[in-house]
Amino acid sequence: MRLLSFAAGILFSALALAQQGPIKIGMSMPQTGSLGAGGKAALLALHMWVEDINAKGGLLGRKVELIAYDDQTNPALTPAIYTKLLDVDKVDLLIAPYGTVPTAPIMPLVKQRDLLLMGNFSFQANHTVKHDKWFNNAPWNNASSWSDGFFEIGKKQGAKTVAFLAADNEFAQNLANGARELAKKAGLQTVYNQNYPPATTDFSSLIRGVRAAKPDMVFVMSYPNDSVAIVRAVNEIGVGESVKLFGGGMVGLQFTPIMESLGSSLNGIVNYNSYVPGIKYPGIEEFLQRYSKRAVEAKVDPLGFYLPPFNYAIGQMLEQAINGTKGLDQKKLAEYLHTHEMKTIVGPIKYGPDGEWAAPRVVQAQFRGVADKNMEQFRQAGKQVVLYPETYKTGEVVAPFEKARK
Amino acid sequence: MSFDLLLEAVLFGILLGCFYAAVSMGLSVSFGLLDVPHVAHPAIMVLGAYCTWVLGRWGIDPILAGVILTAPFFLLGMAVYRFYYEAFEKRGSEAGVRGIAFFFGVALIIEVGLILGFGVDQRMVEAAYIGKSLSFGDIRLPMRTLAVFGVALAMSAVLTLYMSKTFTGRAIKAVAQDEPALRLMGANPVRIKQWAFGIATAAAALGGAMLIVIGPVDPGMDRVYIGRTFAVVVLAGLGSMTGTIAAGLVLGISESIVLIHPDLGASWAPAVSFTLLLVVLGVRPQGLFGR
Repeated sequence: MRLLSFAAGILFSALALAQQGPIKIGMSMPQTGSLGAGGKAALLALHMWVEDINAKGGLLGRKVELIAYDDQTNPALTPAIYTKLLDVDKVDLLIAPYGTVPTAPIMPLVKQRDLLLMGNFSFQANHTVKHDKWFNNAPWNNASSWSDGFFEIGKKQGAKTVAFLAADNEFAQNLANGARELAKKAGLQTVYNQNYPPATTDFSSLIRGVRAAKPDMVFVMSYPNDSVAIVRAVNEIGVGESVKLFGGGMVGLQFTPIMESLGSSLNGIVNYNSYVPGIKYPGIEEFLQRYSKRAVEAKVDPLGFYLPPFNYAIGQMLEQAINGTKGLDQKKLAEYLHTHEMKTIVGPIKYGPDGEWAAPRVVQAQFRGVADKNMEQFRQAGKQVVLYPETYKTGEVVAPFEKARK
Repeated sequence: MSFDLLLEAVLFGILLGCFYAAVSMGLSVSFGLLDVPHVAHPAIMVLGAYCTWVLGRWGIDPILAGVILTAPFFLLGMAVYRFYYEAFEKRGSEAGVRGIAFFFGVALIIEVGLILGFGVDQRMVEAAYIGKSLSFGDIRLPMRTLAVFGVALAMSAVLTLYMSKTFTGRAIKAVAQDEPALRLMGANPVRIKQWAFGIATAAAALGGAMLIVIGPVDPGMDRVYIGRTFAVVVLAGLGSMTGTIAAGLVLGISESIVLIHPDLGASWAPAVSFTLLLVVLGVRPQGLFGR
């Protein structure tokens, strides 16, 4: 009899949990448009985490369900998508879309409703909003964390002047404003300073302007489509012999299809990254092996170094916070994330008061010896030589820029 | 600003202007001559660019691919116009507004179709003239823009000759000016328009090949070109091929100079272009070469 009531108890508990339904995690993700290539790869990684967690029995005894809508890299769409996620889909937790531009418009909404939001590779999206339940997965915090490495490498090469070329959008302007201040503090004289609109067709004229200014280093802050056109224009027009260092903040040069297409044109460029082969984090290589197989089937970025591991890390952090607080209370989850060091496949993450990484790990790496039409070469450690930070350094910079391209 | 830099900017502006003209030539026929609110023109161009990319994978040069594509796109254009005519134009005065909705729909279907078929990644082509430049002293001009320059001039010459020297070409111009008179002459205006729309779509395909020669394309790129192509056609004077080249040059050169100007900068480029359009239309409402 006792055994029977015990079994019935378990059955009722299971039924009660089943009636609660899955834990719903909602987000928009750029699956089309300028950030679509990166967004789809990132989404695959999140789906992998959901599959992994459900295979282990879910969270709090409930399955996890990911609801993701395509925001087309269009910031005008994200507020409506997140309102729908909250009011119609009734999601329990939110993850931000990949990128600063689509994320910025939803910050007032999440702050107003006092919700936890896991940031997704945006830059200073919470800078002015100052929401206390924001946790970015990107390995940077302020402009200094991003551009310090680039300027430091340049200064070591004797650079005294700098040129800035920045897209006229939220991400690039946030970065550019900080970087210009930092350049000033570092004693670098700005000799060229241009913002360009999103619909710029060809960058030859701008690269001509850069070349005419004869800077020692060129800091570029661009989105994927522009990055490709800029690299192409540099290849054709040249930036002149004065330039020691070129790159810094070019989004897109981390995506495999773009790296493969640009091939040898990339050589010499020093650019930011989140992870490149050669950096050792526990579990990342195993994840990337699994990811690569899935990416081929899903026709997304086959290497997935840049975004996928960090998106998988979002899942890992939510998992630890939910298990740690034994619930979905947003306030308790935020407290947990603020006070604990998270263990992820991109290394340990500790958050500062602003929800950005307390110890940023932005990598500045130089493309070297890249051949044309060869995707597999990027799996080798030497194709992107890590110059900064010192902890992960794998080589010295080759300068000036024109020499590094040979 | 040094003289050399200004000279280089003007030269590049000429090349950029010819590119703008090349991608607007088809619209000059469909919107300029036929009064069809063809907002799907840039989307058809992007479709042409993707077809060029597909042919490029078989080793076909992008410009040659563009020429090859003119035949199937001509037929596609005829079919699209026939549908548009039966569903909208035939039904009277409100056709214009509904037509815009129809062509927006066409653009959307093309964009979504490209995403489903090719994904969201950018596509680029390779050719001997892409990624290299020609040097004239200190001046370096990208060879891809020189190739597009040549194709734009050839397109303009062929279309101008066709419109002025052939019976069908003259009929296309006539249908734009006086449709009832053309009917009285025994010609069928609908068939003439269908033919002309086929030519416009073929020109869009070649424009698409130019687009992917100039830079990488993605399925949503049509949105970037809607404003620019319509601006070129309106500035030209509706339906003028020579005017399309001239308008492209005006926009290209002004943008190029603004881009290198230290006090203005790139963010001003679209504003200067469209202000120029307003000024020209204020002085000549019929456009540069309109009658």
